Amino acid sequence: MIISVASGKGGTGKTMVSTSLAASIKNNYNVQLLDADVEEPNSHIFLKPVFETSHAVSINVPVVNEDRCNHCGKCAEVCAFNAIAVVKDFVLTFPELCHGCGACSYLCPRRAINEAPNQIGTVETGKAGSISFVQGKLDIGQTMPTPVVRKVKELTSREHISIIDASPGTSCPVIAAIKDSDFCLLVTEPTPFGLNDLKLAVETVKQMGIPCGLILNRAGVGDSRVEEYCQKENIPILLTIPLDLNIARLYSKGTTLAEGLPQWQENFKEVFRKIREITGERNSST
Amino acid sequence: MKEIVVLSGKGGTGKTSIVASLAVLAENKVLADCDVDAADLDILLDPSIQEKHDFAGGKVAFIDSEKCARCNICAQVCRFDAITDLKVDPLNCEGCGFCSHVCPVDAITMQPSFSGNWFISSTKYGPLVHARLGIGQENSGKLVAEVKRQAKIIAQSTGASWIIIDGPPGTGCPVISSLSGASTALLVTEPTLSGVHDLKRIIEVCQHFKVPALVCINKFDINEENTRLIEKHCQSLNISVAAKIPFDTVVTEAMVQGKPVLEYTKGRVSQEIEKLWNAIDSL
Repeated sequence: MIISVASGKGGTGKTMVSTSLAASIKNNYNVQLLDADVEEPNSHIFLKPVFETSHAVSINVPVVNEDRCNHCGKCAEVCAFNAIAVVKDFVLTFPELCHGCGACSYLCPRRAINEAPNQIGTVETGKAGSISFVQGKLDIGQTMPTPVVRKVKELTSREHISIIDASPGTSCPVIAAIKDSDFCLLVTEPTPFGLNDLKLAVETVKQMGIPCGLILNRAGVGDSRVEEYCQKENIPILLTIPLDLNIARLYSKGTTLAEGLPQWQENFKEVFRKIREITGERNSST
Repeated sequence: MKEIVVLSGKGGTGKTSIVASLAVLAENKVLADCDVDAADLDILLDPSIQEKHDFAGGKVAFIDSEKCARCNICAQVCRFDAITDLKVDPLNCEGCGFCSHVCPVDAITMQPSFSGNWFISSTKYGPLVHARLGIGQENSGKLVAEVKRQAKIIAQSTGASWIIIDGPPGTGCPVISSLSGASTALLVTEPTLSGVHDLKRIIEVCQHFKVPALVCINKFDINEENTRLIEKHCQSLNISVAAKIPFDTVVTEAMVQGKPVLEYTKGRVSQEIEKLWNAIDSL
């Protein structure tokens, strides 16, 4: 089973939830945690994995063989991303704009373009106790997180309960992270920002046909509009975590709820049980 | 005219709440919400929309099934697994157009994909340019660039002294687009290990693009040990920590009221934000 954790708004507690859920059920299941928030991967801070492998994530960018090139301009014409330009008698490439589609090299009439890998990030794997750990990291200055997210997702294991920590927002790296998951756990706070961004996240998962449930974090501040919205939209609230300075301090030190306040393990196990129930119902009804 | 962009790396550190209060303090400015994925600044500034524009940032392939010869070459060349059974999955389509160039019967056209809207609004604090990216869209960087372009046009025509930009979380495309051309980056962080980790990365991004940075530690009293860690790190890089805002529920209370915190209360939080603005103003 694949459970993704998303939010719309940043800083609502996705990583705290992902890592606490993983730590709470690790004794009962084979658990894998995939940190797909490749711009700011933080799960490692909480689970402290020992990394065993590290692989570069690259996309193939054009390398022009000037001896063969006759500067016809076909490559620049077909490139949708302005990553290659022909200036009079030489060719300029901009690897940071290239999406690695391969059109330029394939369509070059003189076969003058080869492709070479350009590193944009890394994917690391390791173990945090019994939890299998995978994380992607986008290199500083790189603009395209999605290929790194896809590489992380390729390591999803069907023999595990896989928990995917997604990035905030609703654009392509988030879509890539939550795609194909059996359930999406949304985390928000009961504030106007939390509600506004939750609505965007709900719209996203609904469009993708992924069942979802909510964890309401920092309950006690703000207002009741998130709860009213969930009731109206029929989104189950699977757990409420209060605004509590002890919890905030644990978080600040990089400690999961499951480890810092072990009584919360039962709550996260219950969340997992409810997710199984919801996804099970769904499978049997289809 | 100075352009100040508020970033954080980590989400939820308080960028938008701080920008809304800077909007109260700064005179003669244009505001821009460049967190186009999850735009929230409008919740605090109560804008009235003056102009609404469609934004088509990218393209998506469309296969005309009547012309299609079912050769499947398009699916073979596509590196994004966007074509299955001669149908395009718009969520996977990168808009590269490779398929349209190789189709032997010209059955594939690249059509503009609706990516979102951008708006010019008036607020009691000055003009606001904001946007909404469509669900699951690429090209948030391009939409950010458009928002900034519009903000600059307004700032030039009104002779504004400041453009204040609420930036997105992360370090990728929309962040780099928000940062490009800025005079200063204000980095809002919190004293959590995640906050520290992400601050270090966003500082590296600023250094990479040679934009000078200034740091504000929000909720500094949640973990004073980590706050000292941040101060030390900034000191070693010669980056000034301009303000330390205490944890206080007034920030959320103000948000629920739909107001900048500076207009909601004159307490410790507001005093620190005033100090922050003075530091920015005197740069």
